[in-house]
Amino acid sequence: MATVEHSDGTLGAGPDSSSDDGLRRRDFINIAAVSVAGVGAATTLYPLVNQMNPSADVLALASIEVDLSAIQPGQAIKTIFRKQPLFIRQLTPAEIQAANAVSVSELRDPQTLAERTKEGKPQWLITMGVCTHLGCVPLGAAEGESKGQFGGYFCPCHGSHYDTAARVRKGPAPKNLEVPDYVFRSDTVVAIGEVA
Amino acid sequence: MSFPWAEEYRPKSGFMRWIDQRLPLPRLAYGAVGGGYPVPRNLNYFWNFGVLAGIALVIQIVTGIILAMHYVPYDQAAFRSVEHIMRDVNQGWLLRYLHANGAAFFFIVTYIHIFRGLYYGSYKAPRELVWMLGLVILLLMMATAFMGYVLPWGQMSFWASKVITGLFGAIPLIGEPVQQWLLGGYAPDQPTLNRFFSLHYLLPFVIAGVIILHIWALHIPGSSNPTGVDVKGPQDTLPFHPYYTAKDGFGLGVFLVLLAAVVFFAPNYLGHPDNYIPANPLSTPAHIVPEWYFWPFYAILRAFTVDFILPAKLWGVLAMFGSIILLFFLPWLDPSPVRSGNYRPRFRQFFWILILDILVLGWCGGLPAEEPYVMISQVATMYYFAHFLIILPILSWTERTLPLPASISESVLHGEEAEAAPADLSGIRPAAAE
Repeated sequence: MATVEHSDGTLGAGPDSSSDDGLRRRDFINIAAVSVAGVGAATTLYPLVNQMNPSADVLALASIEVDLSAIQPGQAIKTIFRKQPLFIRQLTPAEIQAANAVSVSELRDPQTLAERTKEGKPQWLITMGVCTHLGCVPLGAAEGESKGQFGGYFCPCHGSHYDTAARVRKGPAPKNLEVPDYVFRSDTVVAIGEVA
Repeated sequence: MSFPWAEEYRPKSGFMRWIDQRLPLPRLAYGAVGGGYPVPRNLNYFWNFGVLAGIALVIQIVTGIILAMHYVPYDQAAFRSVEHIMRDVNQGWLLRYLHANGAAFFFIVTYIHIFRGLYYGSYKAPRELVWMLGLVILLLMMATAFMGYVLPWGQMSFWASKVITGLFGAIPLIGEPVQQWLLGGYAPDQPTLNRFFSLHYLLPFVIAGVIILHIWALHIPGSSNPTGVDVKGPQDTLPFHPYYTAKDGFGLGVFLVLLAAVVFFAPNYLGHPDNYIPANPLSTPAHIVPEWYFWPFYAILRAFTVDFILPAKLWGVLAMFGSIILLFFLPWLDPSPVRSGNYRPRFRQFFWILILDILVLGWCGGLPAEEPYVMISQVATMYYFAHFLIILPILSWTERTLPLPASISESVLHGEEAEAAPADLSGIRPAAAE
């Protein structure tokens, strides 16, 4: 009650006032209160935004295990990985040879077959079944489907052709079919979505 | 907006002037919640609760919109989707607990807001419409809260929807068709759940609209104050910003601390465990009660046990709705020209008896419908209606009120003019100091 506020807002007449430096007690309270409220508001925003990220049940299916034992050379299967088609194909020696015969420097997205498969298992070609052009599912994994001009996959939407290493050779697609992360648990079981 | 000395909005920059000439939204905000709204300088912390209720509504809308991103209004999936929110969605447990407890806190601050109005006579002329719009908001809140409670499709949800729609079945002749129309069937089912979800999403925005009318109507005469004396001049008021934004900000801090304490440490304290059991149309929970904020009304509903001209069931429903409809007539049931309970010693006593009575009703409403609770709620129900229909009218004619202060500024100064009126605080000098 002993302090009186002057018109400039500084406090005078109080024994503990330090009005000389021009900093008012109110300035300090103001900055402190607004800072706390600001930090609180920013912290509150985090759950409001983060709730839209993939939930735990979605993340639980972020990696899957696939048994390869039934896939014969020259055969491919389609499965679902992260809600998108996945192609797993066992290449024949002829297909491996065809893939290795291509001059890498001429490719739109230069990669060798070895770079797209695991060491010691060049016959297992595991790629997403999502065309890199606009996301259609290419043909060629199932029996009787067109494999395109280069014996790999063919996307019917806009005519992209992929070769036996699932590299784009013709058409509008900018990239090769994506190779997801995977590790071989054994010779016949592969864990898709896991990093070695 | 309300007083001639209200500070006019002055754009601080060329850009703001450009905006102001085209879309005077900053001007509107300045006049409504900024420096341009003069507020009686003597408001106490009970005047925080309107703002708190508004913020509680914002919390409900924000968390509710988020829950609706994950919730599925389908009877086979609703319960599971709520568990999905609790277990799988990132911070989903936090958002759902905030929404569930936020509803309870919305009612707490709204009830305190209403009792503030009852005690200080905020319903009296010229603020009758402010009061009545507030009651409309309360009714909308109740409908929204009830339908929201049904959405998790647990046992309490299911039976709440059955019991509450059953109230409409008490209406003579058209009761049963009305109930079937509300449910979209013979019992609560998929159509019920789906329409309740739709309306539960809609009504908060209707509430927001009525709140705008509520504030608009309030800002014509301006806020009331603890003395109930009208504002007489600039010495009686302070600009809303920064004085009451700061005061409301402090109250908001306390409110959020309490809400966080419940959300983090006792999130299910106010809920019923039975609602974590999926809805089962073949089995009613042994003890079925609504959420605590409906208990006083639930006690009134159950207080009528004897057929008297009309069936008891209909009396209960009429009395329950009547207990709120009655409040619409309050400005005319209490014609005393003195607003504030501070200057009405008898009224003040009966006000506290009424509070006690409502607490007793709430207590009975949460208990099983057995003796002696039924009899207690019958007495308490009778007193509730007697308070408004008999005691208040008699009181307002017979009571000898205390002398009112000459003005707001006089009431706050208590003869300490020299101390309380700083030398030249923007030229405002209390009249008493002249």
